[in-house]
Amino acid sequence: MFELSLAEARAALRARKLSARELTTAYLGAVEQLNPQLNAYITTTPELALTHADAADASLARGEHGALTGIPLAIKDLFATKGVRTTAASKILAPFIPPYESTVTANLLRDGAVFLGKANLDEFAMGSSNMTSAFGAVTNPWKRAGSNTPLVPGGSSGGSAAAVAARIALGATATDTGGSIRQPAAFCGIAGIKPTYGRCSRWGVVAFASSLDQAGPVARTVEDCAILLGSMAGFDAKDSTSADIAVPDFAAACARGVKGLRIGVPKEYRMDGMAPEIDALWQQGLAWLRDAGATIVDVSLPHTKYGLATYYIVAPAEASSNLARYDGVRYGARSPGRDLIEMYENTRADGFGAEVKRRIMIGTYVLSAGYYDAYYLKAQKVRALILRDFTEAFEKVDALLTPTAPSAAFGQGEKMDDPVTMYLNDIFTVPVNMAGLPGLSVPAGLDAAGLPLGLQIIGRPFDEETVFAVGAAIERAAGFTARPSIRAEG
Amino acid sequence: MAYTLEGETGSWEVVCGLEVHAQVISKSKLFSGASAEYGAEPNSQVSLVDAAFPGMLPVINRECVAQAVRTGLGLNAQINLWSRFDRKNYFYADLPQGYQISQFAHPVVGEGKVEVTLPDGSTKEIGITRLHLEQDAGKSLHDQDPTKSFIDLNRSGVALMEIVSEPDIRSPEEAGAYLTKLRQILRYLGTCDGNMDEGSMRADVNVSVRKAGEAFRTRCEIKNVNSIRFVMQAVEAEAKRQIGIWEAGGEVVQETRLFDPSKNETRSMRSKEDAHDYRYFPDPDLLPLVLTQDFVDGLKTHLPELPDAKTARFVREYGLSAYDARILVMEQATADFYETLAKGRDAKMAANWMMGDFFAALNRTSTTIETSPVSAANLGALIDLIADNTINGRIAKEVFEAMVETGDHPADIVEKKGLRQVTDTGAIDAAVGAVLTANADKVAQYKAGQEKLFGFFVGQVMKAMAGKGNPALVNEALKKKLA
Amino acid sequence: MSLDPAAIRRIARLARIRVDDAQVQQMQGELNTILGWIDQLNEVDVTGIEPLTGGATMAMRLREDAVTVPDLTEAVLSNAPDRDGPFYTVPKVVE
Repeated sequence: MFELSLAEARAALRARKLSARELTTAYLGAVEQLNPQLNAYITTTPELALTHADAADASLARGEHGALTGIPLAIKDLFATKGVRTTAASKILAPFIPPYESTVTANLLRDGAVFLGKANLDEFAMGSSNMTSAFGAVTNPWKRAGSNTPLVPGGSSGGSAAAVAARIALGATATDTGGSIRQPAAFCGIAGIKPTYGRCSRWGVVAFASSLDQAGPVARTVEDCAILLGSMAGFDAKDSTSADIAVPDFAAACARGVKGLRIGVPKEYRMDGMAPEIDALWQQGLAWLRDAGATIVDVSLPHTKYGLATYYIVAPAEASSNLARYDGVRYGARSPGRDLIEMYENTRADGFGAEVKRRIMIGTYVLSAGYYDAYYLKAQKVRALILRDFTEAFEKVDALLTPTAPSAAFGQGEKMDDPVTMYLNDIFTVPVNMAGLPGLSVPAGLDAAGLPLGLQIIGRPFDEETVFAVGAAIERAAGFTARPSIRAEG
Repeated sequence: MAYTLEGETGSWEVVCGLEVHAQVISKSKLFSGASAEYGAEPNSQVSLVDAAFPGMLPVINRECVAQAVRTGLGLNAQINLWSRFDRKNYFYADLPQGYQISQFAHPVVGEGKVEVTLPDGSTKEIGITRLHLEQDAGKSLHDQDPTKSFIDLNRSGVALMEIVSEPDIRSPEEAGAYLTKLRQILRYLGTCDGNMDEGSMRADVNVSVRKAGEAFRTRCEIKNVNSIRFVMQAVEAEAKRQIGIWEAGGEVVQETRLFDPSKNETRSMRSKEDAHDYRYFPDPDLLPLVLTQDFVDGLKTHLPELPDAKTARFVREYGLSAYDARILVMEQATADFYETLAKGRDAKMAANWMMGDFFAALNRTSTTIETSPVSAANLGALIDLIADNTINGRIAKEVFEAMVETGDHPADIVEKKGLRQVTDTGAIDAAVGAVLTANADKVAQYKAGQEKLFGFFVGQVMKAMAGKGNPALVNEALKKKLA
Repeated sequence: MSLDPAAIRRIARLARIRVDDAQVQQMQGELNTILGWIDQLNEVDVTGIEPLTGGATMAMRLREDAVTVPDLTEAVLSNAPDRDGPFYTVPKVVE
């Protein structure tokens, strides 16, 4: 049962070969069994899940179903869920129970989904390893061949990716500010898409960096991602940055093929010191697409190398302001103080972890009097150049193919020596957020240690369909059948 | 004669600019659908957005934007078709987001001007620097508990317009005249009720002093002054304080101060060392505010007639003096009352009745034009009764007093009290005859040349007729009999 | 641009985060590393480039002026760490 994809499980449910209660019960059992090892969930909601499942069975019995009726999902604990604790993996929100449901999760519930629980993440989605969660690190279900070293699942959507890879969720919601969907998807050997900025509503998603944050799904196949995104996406009048653009049939686009498409290869992504196996996989991906009828075109994104430095101005600046609301007054944890200022300072010192504090400090500094022009304004201008690079490239090509991350999953505790080393994980993914474009990571192969590697497909704004078409073509060609060592079976 | 303050070293000029915070009239808040109404139960008009719950997002209210544009048009100002919202970051207990959404770099309204009339009748132009939209904060109550402050977020997110003047104001009177005029324009436009008691209009007052011909010296900002009178007092008190410092060889420090009306002095606010680093940046939850010229033109078409134009029209159309016209135009309701009254009647007479007996009655009975028992239609009917000789002017005053008391129609009062003017020449001749017979001695004196006794006879006849005689006919009859 | 301990304290104060001496020292090192790395942006010529503010490039929608939010007093106060009746409470502020 755990080997069924979301699309297959959905078909079995609709054919009444499988009940939602059976499926959910099996997944809840797997969660109970494996979550202690993985720590992929912060909160599990078995009772709620069975309530959802029984409702799904009732509607299936009536011959009615939504796009996701009876499908058990993990929800990244950054999405507000009404009546269910929502922590953002931070101590400061540990006691927080939202009296509201985020638009994205409300859309999933509308379509009949079953929520298994709230997935772990880097605190406030700030991280690339899931090491910054106040609720403990998440362990990647994959191991290096012949080694028991616990590896990171990537981040920030590490819990979502680990849960899906280990088959303790059939799919999951995630969010991506600089690579937080694509990098963990690559590290865990699954697919994940960050759609175009504005495609999914940000209403009810705990904000990290508002101009970059986008929700998206992670799942085991490209088609599963397409199905999930079809439910999550859609115009929302409650989000001023939500795009009033119809949601196409993403799943149908997966079958389009790539014949006649022009695929760009940005030469600046070929970095000095890139692992040879990553470069080899990239070349392999291009060959697969060429074989499937696409034309490969060299393009240049000259400012892409500045994406990461730009990101580390823009994202912390927005975060420093977005996280000002966590002050111990209206919700969340409060630490006492003799006066208001001391209460604030104690609450925020105790409530935020080191990485969050670091980013708030950087963001506060780059916006402060006398430094705004040198940092923030400059970063916005470089951001404009990054977007221009992409816009010019998309005059020549229909999609771009790049590696998702510069390495496979690394060990817990590695790359922790200085923050910049960790930040470099997102070097291939961040420019996509800076330009607001859709980006999909597809598992395409293994490194020498047997760890999964992903390829990234980048598309034009609101052209997720082409991205899915290319991703599905790579998926078909790669025939990725490797499985993580920790996974639910049966 | 320019206003100056005399110090030990000579005359000082006062330089003042005002930042007025005016609450926008709208049903809901600037970025949320919570009610913006005044006076509700604590925290009962608070949306999840206003309380800054995680993941909540602002969506702008069209009407608030329209109100700002209307106000800009009313201030003869540049409307910026492209503007933007920024975050002003600071921590305070009644500021849930930890920032205020405001327009720092690109306000929706740019430069404009207001013409004010000073008490001596002269006029002066005060420049408007800008007008922008921003959110109000909540309210902290510090007197409810010995150890805690209480927070009410009902005001949190209500739309404000901040209207910034140029430092063109040179005296307390000019400050008062500017605020009065600004409030009048806002009320005419229906964009702010101007109610300073409820805090829907308040001013930050920037004051500096200088010797004639000098460049500007350091200014201080007096925060949140909530009446026009206090603003005028604060300007003078602060100017005198600064003159004292300069003349003692000191240096005025740029700072934020508060005005204490009970002591008539300003005092420094507890200084906050980092209060001035607001870290403004464009709010990434919002997009640029882009207006079309059509939108602006549509609002312009429906703009009401504003005070300056109305004053000019009253002078032109009704033949009033500029002074009278300005008084009648002070409030929209007064002007409307007057126009109803003057329509088809003697405009001058209508103005005299309004500014005389009517205003006096409002004052005496503590009523307003909206609550007055005397409606424009009834006052008009009274004027009509005079014009068609149903009653004379003296009786009219008596009828008016009865209208104030009862709210009745003047015709009913005249009928009920039998106050109709007597124009029957037979009755008048009879009364004249009786008076002259009873005062034969005075008739003799009159005929001997004491002509001023004529008035005495008129009075006696009117008295005999209980005041109801038509004065012209009485005069005529007397002259005939005494000839 | 390099941050000294006083600057770290000033920023922490602005951000309302209490820091002790050890944290100031650690943050100083980390923040200067990050800022030093960010300085690579000095290479980029941005002459004449308009800053890109946000992720979306449309014009802003305006909502109709209507009261759509009911009385949520209990919902908005339900997570309050400290409250008194219908009020949030904080340590007394002296103005």
